[in-house]
Amino acid sequence: MSDATTSQVMALGAALESVPRSGWHGATVAAVHRETPNASRLELDVDGWPGNAAGQHLDVRLTAPDGYTATRSYSIASSGSSTRVVLAVDKLPDGEVSPYLVDEVRAGDMLEVHGPLGAFFVWAPAGQTGDHRPVQLIAGGSGVVPLFAMAQAHADADDSTPFRLLYSVRTPDDVYFSDELRGLADTSAPLRLDLVYTRRTPEGWPTAAGRITREALEAAVIPAADRPRVYVCGSTGFVELVADWLVGLGHDPRSIRTERYGGT
Amino acid sequence: MSFITRGFSGRSRDRDDRLPPGQTLVSDFPVLSAGPTPEVETEDWEFTIRTESGVHRWNWDEFMALKIDDVDTDIHCVTHWSKLGTRWRGVSLDTLFENVETEQDYVMAHSYGGYTTNVPLDELLDGKSWVAFEFDGEPLDPEHGGPARLLVPHLYFWKSAKWVRGLVMMDQDEPGFWEQNGYHIHGDPWKEERYW
Repeated sequence: MSDATTSQVMALGAALESVPRSGWHGATVAAVHRETPNASRLELDVDGWPGNAAGQHLDVRLTAPDGYTATRSYSIASSGSSTRVVLAVDKLPDGEVSPYLVDEVRAGDMLEVHGPLGAFFVWAPAGQTGDHRPVQLIAGGSGVVPLFAMAQAHADADDSTPFRLLYSVRTPDDVYFSDELRGLADTSAPLRLDLVYTRRTPEGWPTAAGRITREALEAAVIPAADRPRVYVCGSTGFVELVADWLVGLGHDPRSIRTERYGGT
Repeated sequence: MSFITRGFSGRSRDRDDRLPPGQTLVSDFPVLSAGPTPEVETEDWEFTIRTESGVHRWNWDEFMALKIDDVDTDIHCVTHWSKLGTRWRGVSLDTLFENVETEQDYVMAHSYGGYTTNVPLDELLDGKSWVAFEFDGEPLDPEHGGPARLLVPHLYFWKSAKWVRGLVMMDQDEPGFWEQNGYHIHGDPWKEERYW
C-alpha cells in the first residue's frame, strides 16, 4: 500500500529527531502560584532535565507514604534548554492528582517527572525547521498550556512567522497566562490574540458570552488559503468540533495537529 | 528512584489487579488522536491485507459476512487510563488471515487519515486481535475509530489503530507513526513499555 499521506505525516514527525530522549527525573517545586480560581502554575527544578521543545508534555508521579503511586500527564508551558520547567494544572472535580498539585503542593516539595514526551504536537522556530508557514493556535480552556509554550518560543526566537491564537475560555478570570499573552502581543514578533468567552465576558465586550460558532472560528483563524499549520488543544468535544469545522473550511487535515485532554 | 511526595495520600487502596502499573481506572472513554477525525462512510470502506504475493480485499458487506466475535476485554491507554470489561464486536484477525499465506512476520497497520502502527504478526493471531466495528452495543463512534478499528487489547491502545483500512506485511519490524513520535516500538502495558 503506497501511501503519500502516511509518508508526509511521518516526515513531519521525523523532522524533530533532535528532541531529547525521555527519562525519569527528580523534581523540586521551586514556586507555586494561583493561575486562575481553579488552576495553579508550578515551576519545577528538574534534576538532569535535557530541555524540551514547545508543545511537549511530561508525566508526573506522586508517591504516598505507603508506596502508593499515581501518575498523570501534563503539558509543559515552557520550552528550551532550561532545567526550570513550568506547568499550569487545572483542578478536576473528581481528580486524584490535580487537587494535590493545585491546592496542596508548595515550594520545596519533591516529586518525579518523566519526559520530555511527544514529538508531534510541537513547534520549533523557522530558523530550525525551515518552515515559514503561518501558525494558528486554537485553545479550549486549560488546553492553552502547550500553545502558550509555542507562542513564547516564537517570541523568544524573534521568529517572523505569523502567529495567531484563538482562545476559548469561560470567563475573564479563567484566562491562563493573561499578562504574558498580552505581553506577547506587544513584541517585535507579535502574537495576534483572539479571546472567546463562553460564560461571562469583560465589561463592554462587543459580543455576548457563548460557545464558539463556526462563523466566529472562520473570522478568527488564518484562512485556509494561507496554508497555516494549525494546533488545536482542549477537551475532546472542543477539539472534535473545531477540527471538523477547520476541515470543512478547507484546511488540509494533514496541517491540523490535535491534542485532547480527558480522563482523570 | 522513588521518594515520598509530602502531603500526597492518594485516593484508592483497593487497586484492581487487572490494572497494569501506572494506570488509573476511568469510566468515560478519553480520546488520543494526532489530527482531525476522518470521515469514512461504510459504502466507501475497504479493508486490505497486502503480502509479498498479493492483496486480499474486503468491502463492508463482505466484511460483515465474516464470522463475528463478541469480545469482552480490558483496554489500557499509554496516557495512563484503563477501562475494564469493555464490550466489542468484530472480526478476529485469525478469520482474516485464514486464507492468507505469508512468510513475513511483521505488520504495519494503515488507517484512513494516514496514521500507522506496527505490530508483530504473532501478536495479532491466536485470539489476540480483531477489527472491531461495535462498542458497547453501538456502532463505533468516528472519534473512537469508526467505522472500524484494530483492537489489540494486550498492547497499549495506540496499537489498536483507529479508522483502520489495511495491514501491510513486512520482513522486519519498523516503527509506525506514534512509535516514531516517542512511543515504544512494542507497547506492553504490563511492562510499562510506554516511551522510547
